[in-house]
Amino acid sequence: MAEAAKEKIVIEIARYSPETDHEPHFESYEVPVKREWVVLDALNHIKDNVDGSLTYRWSCRMGICGSCGMMVNGEPKLTCATFLSNYAKDGGKIRVEPLRYFPIVRDLVTEIGGFVQKLKKAKPWLIRITEPKLSEDRFLQTPEQLDRYKQFSMCINCTLCYAACPVVGLDPIFIGPAALALAQRYNMDSRDEGSAERTAVLAHPDGVWGCTFVGECTRVCPKHVDPAGAIQQYKIAAVFDWLKSFVTPRGRDASSSAAND
Amino acid sequence: MEASSHDVLLVGGGGAGLRAAIAAAEVNPQLNIAVLSKVYPMRSHTVSAEGGAAGVAKSDDSLDEHAYDTISGGDWLPDQDAVEEFVREAPQELSQLERWGCPWNREPDGHIAVRAFGGMKKMRTWFAADKTGFHMLHTLFQTSLKYQPITRYDEWFVTKLLVDEGRVRGVVAIELMTGRIQAVLAKAVILCTGGCGRVFPFTTNANIKSGDGMALAYRAGAPLKDMEFVQYHPTGLPFTGILITEAARAEGGYMLNKDGYRYLQDYNLGKPEPKPVLRCMELGPRDRLSQAFVHEDKKGRTTSTPYGPVVHLDLRHLGEKLINAKLPFVRELCQKYQNIDPVRELIPVRPVVHYMMGGVSTDIQGATPLEGLYAAGEVACVSINGANRLGSNSLPECLVFGARAGKAAAEYASTHEAENGAILAQAADEEARLKAEFLDKRGGSERIANIRSEMQATIENSAGIYREEASLKEGQHKLHELHERFNHISLDDRSHTFNTELESALELGFMLEVAQSIVTAAMHRTESRGAHQRTDHPARDDAKFLTHSLIYRSADGRPRVEYSPVKITRWPPGERVYGQQAHQTQQAAKRVS
Repeated sequence: MAEAAKEKIVIEIARYSPETDHEPHFESYEVPVKREWVVLDALNHIKDNVDGSLTYRWSCRMGICGSCGMMVNGEPKLTCATFLSNYAKDGGKIRVEPLRYFPIVRDLVTEIGGFVQKLKKAKPWLIRITEPKLSEDRFLQTPEQLDRYKQFSMCINCTLCYAACPVVGLDPIFIGPAALALAQRYNMDSRDEGSAERTAVLAHPDGVWGCTFVGECTRVCPKHVDPAGAIQQYKIAAVFDWLKSFVTPRGRDASSSAAND
Repeated sequence: MEASSHDVLLVGGGGAGLRAAIAAAEVNPQLNIAVLSKVYPMRSHTVSAEGGAAGVAKSDDSLDEHAYDTISGGDWLPDQDAVEEFVREAPQELSQLERWGCPWNREPDGHIAVRAFGGMKKMRTWFAADKTGFHMLHTLFQTSLKYQPITRYDEWFVTKLLVDEGRVRGVVAIELMTGRIQAVLAKAVILCTGGCGRVFPFTTNANIKSGDGMALAYRAGAPLKDMEFVQYHPTGLPFTGILITEAARAEGGYMLNKDGYRYLQDYNLGKPEPKPVLRCMELGPRDRLSQAFVHEDKKGRTTSTPYGPVVHLDLRHLGEKLINAKLPFVRELCQKYQNIDPVRELIPVRPVVHYMMGGVSTDIQGATPLEGLYAAGEVACVSINGANRLGSNSLPECLVFGARAGKAAAEYASTHEAENGAILAQAADEEARLKAEFLDKRGGSERIANIRSEMQATIENSAGIYREEASLKEGQHKLHELHERFNHISLDDRSHTFNTELESALELGFMLEVAQSIVTAAMHRTESRGAHQRTDHPARDDAKFLTHSLIYRSADGRPRVEYSPVKITRWPPGERVYGQQAHQTQQAAKRVS
């Protein structure tokens, strides 16, 4: 497997320190290309051996903790799942930058406190209005009911979809793909009765209606969550609810409890 | 110096920490609770757990059987009173998580589905696909957002526990974003920082698992319990340490040495058959497979790589169809993170450090001997895991003992007064130390990465799968030398903004401390039990060592060892056996009780 590295590649990294710099600049480093090395391994190699001040986040190196997202040659990527060898093939180089549309703290580290606030706005917890019907202290949920929301529960909060979303770029207040998918994850859960409560956030102009359905979020998602699909699904349900409200009194209540049978 | 103040402070925001925070908030909604972590909670290492969480759920199973599996699997070192509470509360906690929305896998009729797991004689492992830890952590994090009394300190790094007159009063921590050093005071502090796999060179543990909580407690005077018990998993990918699940072998994968020979047949693990046979060859217990690797390496029959010796796991004969159907995550991990396709290639594997049975000594409520300090999850040792943890017991341990510690700390905080502020002088001293030893220091020459990799090689060589007195002594000596060299490290980074190099240096300091405690505990336990195998003392010695080791830090910084007895309630020590014999032994044990 790990043959001796004869090949090298140049990696350009955006560097920025608010204490000394007015704006980011690039620095170049030459790193060995090994078959099993990903972009993150190159960053670790530089930090350990060349410049200990290089700053980035990482933890699990297996695509589940969501820490190491960066722009690699202009694309939002998990750097633990992006092999150097893919770029070395064409004798190309690699340019690494912090994820787009987020404030930069330093080098490759972005400020994600605002993103976490957006997640909280989606009220991502089970909401019950009625007394729950429990079996052995638990809810029953069939595999089919699980399948309805399972995909939307796979989000690792890596924020790649925000860096891919042109609406986030234009309107930083837009709640964004991951938070909308998360709201829909609970709306679609057979145990939840909170879809009406989440409407206030979702139906807001900075909620689903901000999305212009570009679909970039779904394309870059490393976990196949399909936020664009979640948003479309919600829009259709919301329009249906709205139409229904003209036909039946308290139509919204009726349809939201129907979704939770 | 700035200071903030809370009733209960959680250090660590993984499974145990978030469960403890919610428990504390529910005991007393008037309490002011804080969760402080060096990462955002959803980055915590709980996220990586794949297999599942054990808790009796079906009518053919019983709490006693779960207890017996846990105690015998732990080679009779677990405290049986703790195990009894654990198995009783595990199903309640897993149900609680269900009511918070965890997407557990289901039976067609909507009931919880359970699967089999190594060492568990009944199916009792709840799972959420192969991402159980991920779903548990995100469910807990999202649920925690609705509790108003919980404040979070995301990306804060604790450097010291503040202790006054034998009582913990809070912590000193660095806010990574700004570099600000601040006292965070609390009536009760709960450590939920996880394990210390990064002390070793090859580990499944994430980069953040540097034993911070263990070292913080140890430096503050609390003892570490059973640190010599380190669990290896036999099939990790070299370099990344990514775990290749037992299922790959259960589906029929072969373990091959460098000659393509199924070497396990040489180690009393049965004869090689084309199809998998339970408890034989590739399906032998984890520790025996890891030990066989060491022997194979000594015989020169492993393959050398830049990341040390490896053997190979061969799945090629299973074919692409079966691999895609039964082992899709194994293929995905190999392809996405190591650039290998198991359909066409051999998978290089080696034993990798997976879990610490030992940790900060706590009682059954999660309280440490140091007043005001609690611990839960992998950082703690209650002990339910004894000399060897069973797979799928660690996630429910985070829940059961996280909840218990949260309740106990909340009750303590409700009945005790806050400190009057005199402790801030100690916090100011800590700030001065951080500046003098790291940020303002000039003239050092040692690189963090060099000391770290030497430490990792040292502990692997001295306190790896097999230990003996000579190598342990050598390890002690070398670690002492590395500790000295650590005083001469040099930082490239003097910035106050998100200084990850300073963080790495502080983590290395913690790891050196923890490494010493492991080697010392291993040195003094002159028997073999569970994960602790001494080639110079190959037998279990119940007369002398049916005891927990307790490592204290002496005034001169050196570790000191004491012992405390194991609590036996209903299961007298028996032989740890697998296969045919196991059933008979269990029947005999039942008759005694």
